[in-house]
Parts: sequence; structure tokens; C-alpha cells
Amino acid sequence: MPTPSRYWREIPQRYRLEAAKCKNCGFIAFPPRLVCPRCQSRAFETITLADAGKIVTYTIIRVPPHPFSDQAPYAVGIVELDDGVRLTGQVVDCAFEDLKIGRRVKIEFRKVYQEGEAGVIYYGYKFVPE
Amino acid sequence: MREVAVIGVGMNKWGEHWEKSLRHVFTEAAILALDDAGVEKIDSMIVGCMSSGLFVGQEHISSLLADYIGQVPVPAARVESACASGGLALRMGWIEVASGLSDVVLVGGVEKMTDVNGNEATYALGTAADQEYECYHGITFPGLYALMARAHMDKYGTTREQLAMVAVKNHANGSLNPLAQYPFKVSVEAVLSSVMVADPLRILDCSPITDGGAALILAPVELAKKLKKPIVRVTASGMATDTIALSSRREITWIESTHQAAKRAYAMAGKKPEDIHVVEVHDCFTIAEICVMEALGLVEKGKGGKAVEDGLTSLQGKIPINTSGGLKAKGHPVGATGVAQAIEIVKQLREEAGPRQVKGARVGMTQNMGGSGGSSIVHIFERS
Repeated sequence: MPTPSRYWREIPQRYRLEAAKCKNCGFIAFPPRLVCPRCQSRAFETITLADAGKIVTYTIIRVPPHPFSDQAPYAVGIVELDDGVRLTGQVVDCAFEDLKIGRRVKIEFRKVYQEGEAGVIYYGYKFVPE
Repeated sequence: MREVAVIGVGMNKWGEHWEKSLRHVFTEAAILALDDAGVEKIDSMIVGCMSSGLFVGQEHISSLLADYIGQVPVPAARVESACASGGLALRMGWIEVASGLSDVVLVGGVEKMTDVNGNEATYALGTAADQEYECYHGITFPGLYALMARAHMDKYGTTREQLAMVAVKNHANGSLNPLAQYPFKVSVEAVLSSVMVADPLRILDCSPITDGGAALILAPVELAKKLKKPIVRVTASGMATDTIALSSRREITWIESTHQAAKRAYAMAGKKPEDIHVVEVHDCFTIAEICVMEALGLVEKGKGGKAVEDGLTSLQGKIPINTSGGLKAKGHPVGATGVAQAIEIVKQLREEAGPRQVKGARVGMTQNMGGSGGSSIVHIFERS
């Protein structure tokens, strides 16, 4: 079982959608980086990602990795937010037959999975229909 | 730089080898390669292996394997680039011989995947994706390629049947390869009615979990000339990286790392896509073969599915792809795959491929890929 620090240090991104915007070229890095992949600048400001966007592509996971065994089948999509950033995440509260490329979704704060017994409960963002 | 030749190849039957350990699987392949080359001593060894730590709880396998093949105290290194670890081993061995640092180098690849259960294997393979921003949300490797498949179907009109035809073709080729894990044919109907793994991909769109090793021996061409075998030279090695998170790429359906690696390889060998006679590509999932054909420039962007349907890439087609059966039918012991791809091309160029021989093949190419395209390695081989 990983130590809680591994989870804790990602909280600004998973709870608050904190990203780093390059002060030189405007590239938005999520998660934040120290070097801009587009212009190699090292100067960033912290911003908050847009909280809605549209589905770029999606799938339904029927054979899940272990921590998600109790959730399958579930939908995972890549969503392009209104600021152009793309995220991978679950699409929930949406019937599978209503999943569609181009469909508008918004971000909500949800439980993602949990470790057994006294382990950590992992939270983060998921997508729901707008 | 010196010209480099492949002077020996070795591969054993791939499959679920409950009775054999990682070191055993690897040593069998290495012995075959040493015997094929007719050499007893090597100067150095490079081994590709993605995750012996997660699959069998063993690191430090470079020394372990050098010991078990009876070559201690040669220098030995293990290299890793996820599922492209074997291709990377070939590249590193090629660099070592080309540079003049070593003469005879054993390039190997190995993965022992059935010592853990399916859940743990899925987890180990998943470490090739972004742990914190992809796997955290429950995505799997079939899932990542399913995202690519859905986008390709939406953008280019690629059909579910065309995806199935990749598996049908590769299994037909694999049925002619006695070393393949699944040497039997499948039909389009069988693929389309197999169990769904990650929509739209079904189990027969996926490469399997495999135990297997592969090895080859590299040497300078001058040395190869003294042996009584057709000389197969490695005339180009191209590699490129990309973001390991699929969502960070501008185009979900385009494998830029493969495109970049191929561009470098074509330039180095002075070849164009139409000069290549036979190709082994990284068909970890049916959609991968379609995307890779496009990125290699073998077909136009978006036309991969149609090309498969038209038979362009079948054994009798204009540009036969995955004559060995590919990852789909031959098996996919991740670290060994890139080396086995090179072995198939060497066999084709030596005209030792038996019933799956591509007539008159003189120039061959391999494309090995890590994760969802975070790394790609392309090699070109020529018979002189």
C-alpha cells in the first residue's frame, strides 16, 4: 500500500484543478510542470482549469484494474475542457447509450476508489452530463 | 560508425510456461541465438525487460541472466521502455557495435508474465501509462487503445469489421508460425462475438499475456562476412518519445512517436516507405496496427482500416505486415516483443520463413512501441 504522501501531494490538482500556465507562451500544464513542453520557459502562474467541456472520445471498461473491481462496467473518457486542456476521467450519471463524442459534460468532485480496511479513500474529478 | 549485422537469432515457443522461470525462458532463447551464430563468447549483453520487478519480484536481471547464460563477467545492462524494451535493447546493442566499443553483442528480451494473476498483470502493464492522471481514474491498456479506436472510427469512418480483419490476418499468419502462442485462425464473426473488454475492443482485438524470450547476436559486418550465412545488416535505428498520457496529445488517433522514429530511420537507411518489402509492427491491439501503418507512411492518414480490408497488408499483399502473427497471435511477452520482431525480419530476409515467406524480401522494417505511443523504435534491415 503506498504511503498517504503520494495521494496528499496531488490534492491541489484532484480537488481544486490547479494547473500551471506558462507566462511566456500561455501553454497550460496539468498537472503543473517545471519546464514548458512547448517553449521551454520555466516561468508559470497557477490557474484553475475550466470546469466544463466536451467528450473527445470514450470507452466502457468491462475488465477493470483491481481497485475498480466493484465499479465495472464504467465509462472513461478524454474530455477537452473549455480552456483547451484535455483530461482523462470517468463519465458518470450518464447511461452508456447516451455517451457521445462531442457531448457537453461538467466536472464534479467525487469519490474515485478506496483501499480496503483502514486504507485511504481517494477523491478526485469525474465528468457528468451538463 | 561501423556497419552492423545480425549473425544469429533465437526464439523458443511462446505461451503460458508454468514450468519455466524467467531465467529459464531467457536462457533457452539465448542458447538458440548463440548456436545459430556459432559463437561461444560474447563481449557484452543488453536485455530488454519491462517489469521483472512487478511480474516476478526480481530486479538486477542483467547480471542474473549473464550468469545463467554462462557469460559472466561480461558487461550486461537491462533497458526499459515499457513494451518497446526489446526494440530499445536492439538499438542499444546496435549503438555498442556500431561505435566500435564491442564486437559481439547479445541482444535479448524477456518477460515472464504468468507468475502473477490477471489483476496483477493488468496493474504491471498499466504502469506504462500515467499512474497519477490516467490509471488513477480506472483506465486500462485495452481502455486506452479503445479510446483511440473510438476516435479513429468517428474521424475516418474506420469500421468495427476492419479492426477485426487485423486480428484475422495476424492469426492467419500466426497459424503458419509454430512458435506462436496461438497458431490458429480466427474469423471476423469470432472476433465480433468475443467478449467485450473495453468498448469497442473485444478480447480477440487484444494481444495476450505471454511468457517468452528472444535473443539475437550482433556483430560488425566484417565479422559476419566470415560466417557462411546470408548477411542481414541493421541499416537504421530510429527512436522517438512522446507524452505517455494519451490525453496530452493533440491527436488521439495519430502516433507521432512512431512517425518521428520512422522519419529518422528512413533518412538513415536512405529508404522510403515503398522500398520496404516486409514489416513487423506493434499490434498490441487491432487499432494499434491501423494507427501504426499510417504513422509509418505505409498508407495515407485515416486509410489504415481500408488498406487492411483491401488485403494490402496480408501475406500475399503489396506490403505484408506481421507475417509472424504479430503480437496478436505470436504472443506479447512485453520485453521480448521488439527482439522477436527483428528475428522475424531476419528470417524473412534469409528466406528461412517457411510457409509464411515473403518472396524476394530484401528490405524489412520493425516498429516497436511503448505504452499508448509514449515511445517508438523503428529499425530497418537489409540483406546484402
